[in-house]
Amino acid sequence: MNRTNRLWDSVKYASLLLAVFAILFPPYIIVVNAFKTKEEFHSKSYISAPDSFLYFKNFVQAFKQADMTTAFGNTILIVAITLILNILLGSAFCYAVGRFEFKLKGPLLGLFLFATIIPSITTQVVNYKTVQMLDLTNHLMGPVLIYVGADILQIYIFLQFIKNIPNELDESAMLEGASLIRIFRSIIFPLLAPATATIVILKTIAIYNDMYTPYLYLPRAEHVVVSTSLMRFFGVNSGDWQMISSAILIIMIPTAVLYLFLQKYIFAGVTSGAVK
Amino acid sequence: MLSRLPFNKQKRVVIISFVALPLLLLLTFSYYPALELVRLSFTSWDGLSPDKEWIGWANYKEVFSNPEIFGVFKHNFAYFAVGIVQNIVAIYFAVVLNGRLKGKNFFRLLLFLPYILNGVAVAYLFGYVFDTTNGSLNYLLGQLGFGALSETSWLGSESFVNYTLASIGFWRFMGFNMVIYLAALQSIPGDIYEAASIDGANGWQQFISITLPNIYKIIELNLFLTVTGALEVFDLPFVLTKGGPAGASETFVMKILETAFQFNNYGLASAMSVVLLLFVIVVLSIQRFLLNGKGD
Repeated sequence: MNRTNRLWDSVKYASLLLAVFAILFPPYIIVVNAFKTKEEFHSKSYISAPDSFLYFKNFVQAFKQADMTTAFGNTILIVAITLILNILLGSAFCYAVGRFEFKLKGPLLGLFLFATIIPSITTQVVNYKTVQMLDLTNHLMGPVLIYVGADILQIYIFLQFIKNIPNELDESAMLEGASLIRIFRSIIFPLLAPATATIVILKTIAIYNDMYTPYLYLPRAEHVVVSTSLMRFFGVNSGDWQMISSAILIIMIPTAVLYLFLQKYIFAGVTSGAVK
Repeated sequence: MLSRLPFNKQKRVVIISFVALPLLLLLTFSYYPALELVRLSFTSWDGLSPDKEWIGWANYKEVFSNPEIFGVFKHNFAYFAVGIVQNIVAIYFAVVLNGRLKGKNFFRLLLFLPYILNGVAVAYLFGYVFDTTNGSLNYLLGQLGFGALSETSWLGSESFVNYTLASIGFWRFMGFNMVIYLAALQSIPGDIYEAASIDGANGWQQFISITLPNIYKIIELNLFLTVTGALEVFDLPFVLTKGGPAGASETFVMKILETAFQFNNYGLASAMSVVLLLFVIVVLSIQRFLLNGKGD
């Protein structure tokens, strides 16, 4: 018994070490090469450390050349507007559906539930035409509309959460003469804060990482976002790996940092979002 | 102002005003396109002209008879095969991290990390790993003494480019699957295991007769995500290989988007989208059917 336990222990740790290596090896290569000069890159082995981790010229050049000021600005704008709309609409909808009984409530929820199985990438063919008709292609609000209209993750998360807010709170506020709008605004919405935080983080990461929507709706250079700026940059610099490495790092770091600090919300959201 | 109305009236106002806009968005961006796809799939619309000529089932015949279109699903199969392995590995690590272990949180944090990284950045990251002459994988293989293997063109071989790409998906999503399995494992009450070990069941027996049945639903969910994910693969090959070499890594979704936005054949692209949609619904129904069958 003891021997199998010890064997299992070593298998466990060996496999974990292998996984850690497999996950860290690709980023490690990018990190060491992002700090190398062109000559250094060609004279040294690919996995060796650079002469200095203080050589930031690649980063500066990549940041400028890929126009990342514009890219980050546009991305942040899209994320901010999408989140505001998503949270207002999503929480209000879940208040109405989660708190009151009405005819057609069942079919309404069914409609939202069923929509999740429609692969959003297939409907792009028609949605592109809709956005075009609204004159929102080549406009930052085009992707916003797609993100607000086609994703309903927030509804699942809010709906699960609102059920756990006791009804007595609503009732006592009603007795004191508060209107329903007021109850939503000053009682329900503040109590939804943890769910709101989870949604903010998950959606920020999802939009930041999305490539296809901006690629399709925002082809112009002035509307470049983070993902598409990297694609453009790669097209111009392909083969120049130390430059590309630094561009990749610039783009990977923001979500990695968010993740490190807000992992609690991310894990909570991923598990509740997936088990819908 | 609203507070002066009786609650019944208020309730009606709240329900209508809070539901209307989300419902409108849902109908406009999910249901209208799904129905419109079906209608367009019977036309030869080019995306521009006002008239949409009705051509019956011709687009569907094209989808199923043209090997250039339907044959592309062969490429998607690689993602499915790797996805199955990915799920097995994810269950393994979830079980490991659910047990007594030093540094549990650290390992969970690290294994999940790839999932939150930017997809385009990850694609290029692996473009570097898999590069034939400068790539770090071939360098590593060379150092380890696999001389012949270290000259492999990982992304340039028609026979396994899809497996190379699918392995990037493995790297990205294994941690995601694992976190879902882990949440399911943590909800199994610990005293079942205690009772089992008092009865003399060893670790493997406990895994087979307690763990697996308890996470059955979650395995099904993850398998559904794997199958639909494999059917819908798009961004990795689009960014990294552009479908090459010689179209060997083109996926079905790439084909749809290319048909619509490059060749302006919206009718055919719609028929392809409908076929994909039906596949997803079929997979989901099979899953539901199996799940209900098991529940009885």
